[in-house]
Amino acid sequence: MNDTARTIARDGFVIEPEDRRAIEHERDHYEQPQAACIEALKIVQRRHGWVPDAAIPAIAEVLGVGPADVEGVATFYSLIFRQPVGRHVILVCDSSSCFLNDYEELRDALSAELGIGFGQTTADGRFTLLPVCCLGACDRGPTLMIDDCTYGPVAPGDVADLLEGFA
Amino acid sequence: MSVTRYHSQLRQSAAERRAETHPLTWRLRDDGARIGLDEYVGKDGYAAVREVLNRQSPDDVVATMKEANVRGRGGAGFSAGMKWSLTMKGGSIPRGYLVCNADEMEPGTFKDRLLLEQQPHLLIEGMILGAYANHSRYGYIFLRGEYVEAARAVQQALDEAREAGWLGDDIAGSGFDFDIALHTGAGRYICGEETALISSLEGKRANPRAKPPFPGQSGAWGKPTVVNNVETFCNAPAVMAHGAKWYQDLSGELSNDGGTKLFGVSGKVERTGLWELPIGTPGRELLERAGGLRDGKALKTWLPGGGSTGFLLPEHLDSALDFDTIGKLGSRLGTGLLTVVNEDQSVLSLVRNLEQFFARESCGWCTPCRDGLPWTVKLLQALERGEGERGDVELLDKLADDLGPGKTFCAHAPGAAMPLASALQYFRDEFERGVTHPPRTAHADPIPVGQI
Ligand SMILES: Cc1cc2nc3c(=O)[nH]c(=O)nc-3n(C[C@H](O)[C@H](O)[C@H](O)COP(=O)(O)O)c2cc1C
Ligand code: SF4
Ligand code: FES
Repeated sequence: MNDTARTIARDGFVIEPEDRRAIEHERDHYEQPQAACIEALKIVQRRHGWVPDAAIPAIAEVLGVGPADVEGVATFYSLIFRQPVGRHVILVCDSSSCFLNDYEELRDALSAELGIGFGQTTADGRFTLLPVCCLGACDRGPTLMIDDCTYGPVAPGDVADLLEGFA
Repeated sequence: MSVTRYHSQLRQSAAERRAETHPLTWRLRDDGARIGLDEYVGKDGYAAVREVLNRQSPDDVVATMKEANVRGRGGAGFSAGMKWSLTMKGGSIPRGYLVCNADEMEPGTFKDRLLLEQQPHLLIEGMILGAYANHSRYGYIFLRGEYVEAARAVQQALDEAREAGWLGDDIAGSGFDFDIALHTGAGRYICGEETALISSLEGKRANPRAKPPFPGQSGAWGKPTVVNNVETFCNAPAVMAHGAKWYQDLSGELSNDGGTKLFGVSGKVERTGLWELPIGTPGRELLERAGGLRDGKALKTWLPGGGSTGFLLPEHLDSALDFDTIGKLGSRLGTGLLTVVNEDQSVLSLVRNLEQFFARESCGWCTPCRDGLPWTVKLLQALERGEGERGDVELLDKLADDLGPGKTFCAHAPGAAMPLASALQYFRDEFERGVTHPPRTAHADPIPVGQI
């Protein structure tokens, strides 16, 4: 691949041409390019699993905005990861209805099974554990999301079986 | 495997739901599959758009929505018709934006998900009517990032609608043009606040903005912008098809508010779920539909509409679930999804959980919210451990007051104050029981966390 087909930032982060096209396509949905910032971060995250610091100026360049404008956004939103995450991200609902349905027991069972707490990744790089706001599935609490799927109710005793399905 | 993937599910079977009485859900299938374009159109879908865009003026739509008294279903209950009448339009004013608030993150709320996943065409039809009434040129559906299934359903429906000419230029031969894009979020509850949502849509940090100017005057990219909840838009097609009087009659004697509401129940009840019922239906009927509390427990207290509403008592179950009635009880209808607490559950712990949520989700702009909420959490944790000091409960009273309406930039802090203040009022003994120390022996004078 030649260099002109790629966007290379100063410190060498590469936005794949396909991702660049996707970001440019998103940009056209809005009145100003800054609006595509969150989607651009998500596009980069989809490929790399997270958003490394070096990606920020590269995204800024595609959008034609300042790196500070991208960085400010990247640090604000909870679903933009600024550290490497595991192959699967577990989002555990810690809001009120799940709390009333014994969320804390589920959280403890997950921690025990994985040997990690919130904000951590298992040593084998398989799972990252994070809390999340009400998943809008409160009729089936306690709930959690693994990657793109929501599950509920998840009893502490279900945890081992559930996680087994994720390589 | 014993764990099941979550699917949004209405608790009423098709046999109970009729077009005349269940405008939001009558088309839904018992198997919960998405209603595609053909099925939607086959069941009168987009008929209101065809009729209204060709035969009525935008002002007619505003007038009918006002008369029907469709009150905002996102939680605040502001009349949608009134909001639409205040949008700047006409003359040299540029056509602006119509935004659907599908950021559903209010603890205990799972209603918009059902409409988004199973009947996205109803939302699109409602948004077209809204756009016509507000002279909007372009629409966005601001969907929370975690609603992956809903994103798929909405995107499919947008593509189908555009293909069939319900979006784009010259909709239904009326000369009106309007299109909608799906915008998915990246987390943070505050994005649901309508001015923060506009900031987020513009690709910025989701900080709320001062009002005035109201979004209807100057919103996204400085243009007139109308923000409504998913369920609010979903009411518009039936209102326009059957008229304001019909809509008002749906709730009949039960309420001055018109129409039906997606109500729900979560917590330890026999049958949690969602039901479409006339607005003004009493909480008791909902609790009965939910089969009462699990394991024969007694009801201790309940939240009428999410984490930012005030606690109510069992004696309030016979009150109409509508905006004014619940407001008069000192709470708010909010999203109308009940959270049920049984006799064995601690209100103190639940309030601690709620305030942790509000503290984490504060955008950090104003002091009472940024510093007051973590402080509140610390005090609640101390009380929970039985290590509170004399004066802590009174301090919580003061914090609840400082977080109240009018003292912060947006309604996030007042939302946090409401469950706290009402819990202190109704369940004060639970808080007092946690006080075991004289002042300044258990914990250092609580330090505003922002200063540590
Ligand atoms: C902190 C906060 C979060 C909110 N979250 C939502 C939300 O997720 N969905 C929503 O429709 N309204 C939410 N609202 C209410 C919106 O600000 C706004 O009132 C609503 O979208 C207007 O639509 P409606 O009049 O149709 O209800 C929230 C308000 C606050 C203060
Ligand atoms: S009240 Fe809280 S969430 Fe709202 S603007 Fe102030 S700090 Fe931000
Ligand atoms: S509180 Fe957990 S899904 Fe709503």
